[in-house]
Amino acid sequence: MNLFLTIVLDGLIQASWLFVVALGLTLVFGVLKILNIAHGSFYALGAYIAASAVTLAAAYSLPPAAGFVAMLLSVSLIAAAVGILLERGLLKMFYGRDEVVLLLVTYAVFLILEDVTKLIWGVNPIYATQPYELFGKLEFAGLYYVGYDLVLIPISAAIGFLVWFGLNRTITGKIVLAVIHNEEMSVSMGVRVNRVYAAAFAFGVLLAALGGALTAPKISMQPGLSSDVIILSFAIVVIGGLGSVEGAAVGAILVGLARAASVHLMPQAELFVIYLIMAAVLMFRPEGLFKRETARRI
Amino acid sequence: MKPGLHPLVMLALVAAVTLFGRVLPTWTLSLATIAASNALIALGIVVLARTGNVSFGQGLFFAGGGYGVALVANAWGITDAVAQVIIGAVCGGLLGLVIGPLIARYSGIFFGMLTLALSMVLYGALVKSSALGGSDGFNVGRPSLFGMIFNDTREADFMLYAVSVITTGLAGIAATILFRSELGLVSLAVRENNLRTEYLGLSATRIITINFVIAAIFAGASGAFALMAQRHVDPQFAYWTTSGEFVFVAVLAGYQSVAAVFVASLALELVRSFSNLYLPNTWQLVLGAFLLGVILFLPRGIGSLWVRDRHKRIKPAAALPVAAQKEAAQ
Repeated sequence: MNLFLTIVLDGLIQASWLFVVALGLTLVFGVLKILNIAHGSFYALGAYIAASAVTLAAAYSLPPAAGFVAMLLSVSLIAAAVGILLERGLLKMFYGRDEVVLLLVTYAVFLILEDVTKLIWGVNPIYATQPYELFGKLEFAGLYYVGYDLVLIPISAAIGFLVWFGLNRTITGKIVLAVIHNEEMSVSMGVRVNRVYAAAFAFGVLLAALGGALTAPKISMQPGLSSDVIILSFAIVVIGGLGSVEGAAVGAILVGLARAASVHLMPQAELFVIYLIMAAVLMFRPEGLFKRETARRI
Repeated sequence: MKPGLHPLVMLALVAAVTLFGRVLPTWTLSLATIAASNALIALGIVVLARTGNVSFGQGLFFAGGGYGVALVANAWGITDAVAQVIIGAVCGGLLGLVIGPLIARYSGIFFGMLTLALSMVLYGALVKSSALGGSDGFNVGRPSLFGMIFNDTREADFMLYAVSVITTGLAGIAATILFRSELGLVSLAVRENNLRTEYLGLSATRIITINFVIAAIFAGASGAFALMAQRHVDPQFAYWTTSGEFVFVAVLAGYQSVAAVFVASLALELVRSFSNLYLPNTWQLVLGAFLLGVILFLPRGIGSLWVRDRHKRIKPAAALPVAAQKEAAQ
């Protein structure tokens, strides 16, 4: 029973930050129809910026809570700016090309960002552990947990709810949904699709970076961070269905639980159990768990 | 795809390139070996891409070939280069035969994702398998050729260069013949519209499977070359960035000409080794910028540099199938 609880809690903790990252990926795909390989780089970027912010805050001997807030604020601002710049400055030039070509464009961005982060932050591991102590330790059913980890769960649930609410219950959200469903029709109804694209991409980058910032206190930042995360979030959105918010949530929980379960029960399977699930889902429901089949041209 | 060039002319070209290796400096020789090996696997991606599917998991067969050859070499002491290439190709082909029929039902982004997932399954399994050296992989001995053992590094490099250029050249010729064949033309039809192909009485899944297996064979042989060149194999062979690089070469080349694949592969290796030399900390940055530049300014790949003129000349004769013309129009 204890083991079961451990797996569920560990899984949910994993799922919480994975969900935030995957949510960005699935939104970008939904609106721009781009499977963004550089998404993992934005995650890494967020983690690195967070580390710098935390270190800076500590240098001015601000309390850890202020460091935490500074970290989230700076990451959000920089990520949104980077997102808009990239979309307007680069991606815009490639719209209308083949899906695979767009994928490679983001791959090129991934390669470039990989070196940019190395140039700025170097190749040695960086830590930003101060906020990790922020919420103390908690005892839960005989198990000890770091408060920060548990706080991640409601934070990501709140982010998920806000995104869902924003998409389904506000005018702006409805416009975004309209662009997702039929871009041409939205243009003819007077929607400025360009702006929706830029905003959606920037928001996707912001979510990825936020995911990175939230995990930054838990991990050591070093090169290679991005390529692992992108594969995990790919698996999540493919399992859930590309472009689906609910799908990203379910996919994240599935992947989180699978990872936690394999760590505790079968450590040698940790790396491939996720891809196994992804392959299995694709075999039986290629559109993912949460995507309706769409009509196609014969 | 280049109409008119006779296979015998191409054979002569391959022979000339091979002999040219005698006068190349040593560092170019190993660079050209890697370029030829990468061209082989990218050629497989081009073959498959003609059905409209891009595989992001060729690393699976690349690793399959590499590990297969390495295991056979260590178990039975087979060090012959040609035998190793054949073993690699067989390993890749067998894997392709198992996976191809499963995967042929998918298209577009799902095809890419599924191939990527499968190669990452293999990566995960290899990293955790201590019998195969885990994430460090293991070493194999120096390859020989027809009983000859090469102790001189330059001779060994040339041997490897010759074998890889000849294999890749032969594969290129085979691909050219394939592209002009019935199967090759039907593949283009599948890419245009797989349902209509089915209505014509052809099995789209079968056509995709055959092309997939061909791509897997090329990838397996390429894995054998990578193994012989490095004399080392590790799970990185199956990692998604490795596969991504091969797609990179294929897109760089464009889908119009076999020769373009070789040029693109060589260009990539040159850019990589020069930026490695002069900008050691930013070679990925240079590579990414290079890729963006090619996609932006040569949307149809490096091949369009010389194939474009050719198209103009033969268009009046209507010698091209509709699909190829459409492709050219893109």
